[in-house]
Amino acid sequence: MDGMHDLGGKQGFGRVRYSLKAQTFHEPWEKRVNALYSLAVKLGIFNMDEYRHAIERMEPRHYLSASYYERSLTSLATLCVEKGIITHEELERRAHGAFPLSTPSAPGRANVAARQHFKPGDKVKVKTDHVPGHVRMPGYIRGKTGVVVSESPAYPFPDAHAHGVPADDEPTYDVRFSTEELWPNSADPAFVHVGVFQSYLERVT
Amino acid sequence: MPDQSHVHQTVASVEQRVDAIQAAFDERGMKPGEFIEEFRHLAEEQWVPENGARVVAKAWTDPAFRQRLLANGREAVAELGLSMPAHHRHLVVLENTPTVHNVICCTLCSCTAFSIIGLPPDWYKDLEYRARVVRQSRTVLKEMGLDLPPEMEVRVWDTTADTRYMVLPLRPVETAGWSEEKLAKLVTKDSMIGVARL
Repeated sequence: MDGMHDLGGKQGFGRVRYSLKAQTFHEPWEKRVNALYSLAVKLGIFNMDEYRHAIERMEPRHYLSASYYERSLTSLATLCVEKGIITHEELERRAHGAFPLSTPSAPGRANVAARQHFKPGDKVKVKTDHVPGHVRMPGYIRGKTGVVVSESPAYPFPDAHAHGVPADDEPTYDVRFSTEELWPNSADPAFVHVGVFQSYLERVT
Repeated sequence: MPDQSHVHQTVASVEQRVDAIQAAFDERGMKPGEFIEEFRHLAEEQWVPENGARVVAKAWTDPAFRQRLLANGREAVAELGLSMPAHHRHLVVLENTPTVHNVICCTLCSCTAFSIIGLPPDWYKDLEYRARVVRQSRTVLKEMGLDLPPEMEVRVWDTTADTRYMVLPLRPVETAGWSEEKLAKLVTKDSMIGVARL
């Protein structure tokens, strides 16, 4: 989905809140949230792709205004409700107030049937797919051309894995794009490397 | 009676919402309290940048290890007794050189090789870093205190799959003859993310 989470290359954001030896957690509840969603994953209630997708499904204004760990919390609660572990009513009763959840999921998809195999040095193009469900193709590479630098072991296909759709594992390719290709005349000179699933790519001849 | 179902309730605080889930888990026998303690231990004692620092120091002093690390990061860190979660199937180590600088990010969420370089700092997960570092790498790094010369090639790595990345910083020239232990103390989490050079 072309969601609010897909931030790469978005303009208008200010300076990074950088400090030396910055902390991961600031409040005790943040560590509890991290632990609780890790526990849910360990117990097999949901997987990491479902977890990421439930964050992406947050209403955009909620996504942008929530802290990082409030997003984790919202995903955890949404999935517990969707999986029938806890009802929304029980959560709100226990929380003594409203408990906003993410928006409903759209259908996922299986791997592309005719996937191509690539090797380092191959020139590839990211397909111009638009999918309603989970996808790990950041919008800034859609339709762009780059060069394969390496191949990963096969992973569960996120577009399927986040939706309970049966699918084969498939490799990702680290693809090297120039910022000039991604944002012509509008970026610092650099290369951006993205781990791109095989189903998202086609060969450029 | 007015219809109460459309009356807006005040949103519960984040603490109240976490408490609600924890209590619901507890009632279902999922033992959240025990797991929170276990997680706290992992986060504070196990997933620390000192792990990655040992890897870097070893790579600086042992050329054969360095080659193995660059060829297969996951297997090489296992030699030092370091492990990664099962779903992190691949660790790619990115070597900085005098002319190439690598920096990692996750524009879609916050993925990192946390069991090796430590859990991600707050700013890594912020909207600003995620939005800007891919497009304005040199500007963002300069704002963060790292001013790279124009002739230095910059490579940004966006962690969009479960492959994990870490930067192998360039060894400072003044450290000739130092022991691995002394070298490891130089290596910071930020240098393994690539927002600092040592």
